[in-house]
Amino acid sequence: MKPKTVRTALVATLVLSLALAPAIARDTGLIFVSSENDNAVTVLDGKSYEVVKAIPTGERPRDMKLSPDREQLYVIASNDGRVDVIDIATLAVTHSIDVGDDPEMFDFSKDGSRFYVSNEDDALVSAIDVASREVVAEIEVGEEPEGIMMSPDGRHLYVTSEVANMVHVIDTASHEIVANVVVGNRPRRFAATPDGAEVWVTNELGGSVSILDGATHEVKGTVTFEPRGFRADEVTPVGITMTRDGKTAYVTLGRANHFAVVDVASREVRDYVLVGSRAWGAALNRDETLLFVANGLSDDVSIVDTRTNKVLRSVPVGRVPHTVVIDD
Amino acid sequence: MRGLCKLFVVLAAAVVSAAAMAADTLTLGFLALERDARYDDKRLHFRNLAQPLGVPLAGAEVAMRESRFVGQALGVSFALEPARAADAAGLLVELERLHAAGVRFFLVDAPGPVVAELARATRGRALRLFNVSAPDDALRQEMCQPQLLHTLPNHAMQADALAQYLVSKKWRSVLLLEGPLAEDKLIADAFAQAAQRFGLKLVDRRAFVLSNDPRQRDQGNVALLTTGPDYDAVFVADSDGEFARSVPYRTIRPRPVVGSEGLVAAAWHWSWERHGAPQLNGRLERQAKRRMADPDWAAWIAVKAVVEAVVRTESTDFETVAAYVGGGEIILDGFKGNRLSFRPWDNQLRQPMLLATHNAVIERAPIQGFLHQHNNMDTLGFDRRDSRCSF
Repeated sequence: MKPKTVRTALVATLVLSLALAPAIARDTGLIFVSSENDNAVTVLDGKSYEVVKAIPTGERPRDMKLSPDREQLYVIASNDGRVDVIDIATLAVTHSIDVGDDPEMFDFSKDGSRFYVSNEDDALVSAIDVASREVVAEIEVGEEPEGIMMSPDGRHLYVTSEVANMVHVIDTASHEIVANVVVGNRPRRFAATPDGAEVWVTNELGGSVSILDGATHEVKGTVTFEPRGFRADEVTPVGITMTRDGKTAYVTLGRANHFAVVDVASREVRDYVLVGSRAWGAALNRDETLLFVANGLSDDVSIVDTRTNKVLRSVPVGRVPHTVVIDD
Repeated sequence: MRGLCKLFVVLAAAVVSAAAMAADTLTLGFLALERDARYDDKRLHFRNLAQPLGVPLAGAEVAMRESRFVGQALGVSFALEPARAADAAGLLVELERLHAAGVRFFLVDAPGPVVAELARATRGRALRLFNVSAPDDALRQEMCQPQLLHTLPNHAMQADALAQYLVSKKWRSVLLLEGPLAEDKLIADAFAQAAQRFGLKLVDRRAFVLSNDPRQRDQGNVALLTTGPDYDAVFVADSDGEFARSVPYRTIRPRPVVGSEGLVAAAWHWSWERHGAPQLNGRLERQAKRRMADPDWAAWIAVKAVVEAVVRTESTDFETVAAYVGGGEIILDGFKGNRLSFRPWDNQLRQPMLLATHNAVIERAPIQGFLHQHNNMDTLGFDRRDSRCSF
């Protein structure tokens, strides 16, 4: 136990020094891509899209998010059961937080004081206090929890269970499950309208998106995808992101190597755009003029002009890119 | 053994958001032989690739656990009731006992002839049997029954998967070694059929025996068995596996071995890493203290099929659930990347095959490029036009 005490003390000092450091690292324009098989986060220049650095992380980095103050990048290292925190100013991991076995996705609480992680192997969602870096709560959910999202008002946490084909709705105040909603097959990831009235969840095997009513927790609609030249079996939606005005959703279609542009109000697919192999992670830049799509099996990222829905270019990144985060 | 006898009951909880159903229990029966040579500990010790790694009840138990939350959401308790007997007649007694208690869905873990007898005796009854461990082609063909479904792939599916792989590698000429057991012949026949179907050349079909008798040297010695005209690969048909495990590296020519050893076509493999497989493997390993193999997967997906039908139909009515299980609408997630469903012409679960060595999945069939007008998975095994099943 002794070495742990020493480490805690060291970490505490580090936190203090970081807290005192001036905020200089925002809006670098850098693009971060987690590379599952390289155990690194690849950093691209925001203009030239050249690789400027590969930041070594724990094993199998997957989901990533900027800290609420945008000075740090939190990266899940699945095989090490931890979150690595990267300082954006120095582009290095400053510390790691143990979060339990096999985490994949996470999300911050509304005030940024906590984050919630899905632990696939343990059928748990863990709540981690950012300041103390301790697990402060564990919530038992269905086997293989994966996708996780905080509702815009911070009151509910949505978690997918891949094997139960359900979304668990958790009250963030009581940590009780308030609803188990049956959705399509193999639900994966979420997006929500800004008012939280609609929660969209991708169904990888069902080939669809289920739309949950944010108030009643009932499924109130489904979007299906039929890109030309693909059979239903080959359409495997996983990644999803929505514009800030809640009008347009971008859904990546996995094996169909396309993403879909969906009008949120009418739930109609406006366009299908060809990208790379097994398109999963999707992220918009701040002014939403560009969409970045991580292609897991072609080791590249497609950069798309959202006005024309044309792919501007594809840039090579690390092996098996998972998530894209843009610091612009 | 205590774990095997455990009755899994998942209680419904109050938290309900999906359409509420009356509190209901759906119990699945699990029928198995008291002594089944296929799971003999002494033989399993060799861990050859032709064998299961343990009794598949473990797979069903994992699926029961996975169904806990969804059962709560629907107000349904799922339960599993294992029953054992010495032979088919005894299993039939057990089946009747459970049927009288309201059980309608049964997993059957028994060799082909026992499955055939149970299915014959229950034809026309209000029940469904899931065959989870008998790969015999005949059960899907002449001996098919409308109430009998198969979640384990059959010999023809395995043979077609390997044949596709050999064709894709351009290893087109094959030497076939066949054992003395009746099941060895079934495997060899299935491969001969697949070879013809996919345009492979069988250089020769030779019988092997497990023997050190010098008078049978040419049949017991792998080097002597593999002499003669050249070939690209050796297919060994050995349901027992003891001979097959001695074939790689003992061939007279440096050629790969496939079939029952070397590279095998499997429903599942513990080293499969995609589509959530590591988590499923982990759950089975925690449940059974061993790795997961084909019959475990077959038992697991059989339970998942019933649960999925209950979830989607929001019903526990036998006719409703049974119709959905066998229907075209069902989407089953076998953790192999494809949407699985039962073929309506013979009740076989269509699925990808994993082509695996001792510790790696080399390829997944159907191999890219082998196309089908409706569903590429129907390039494996009996397509509608190959079916000799009439219900």
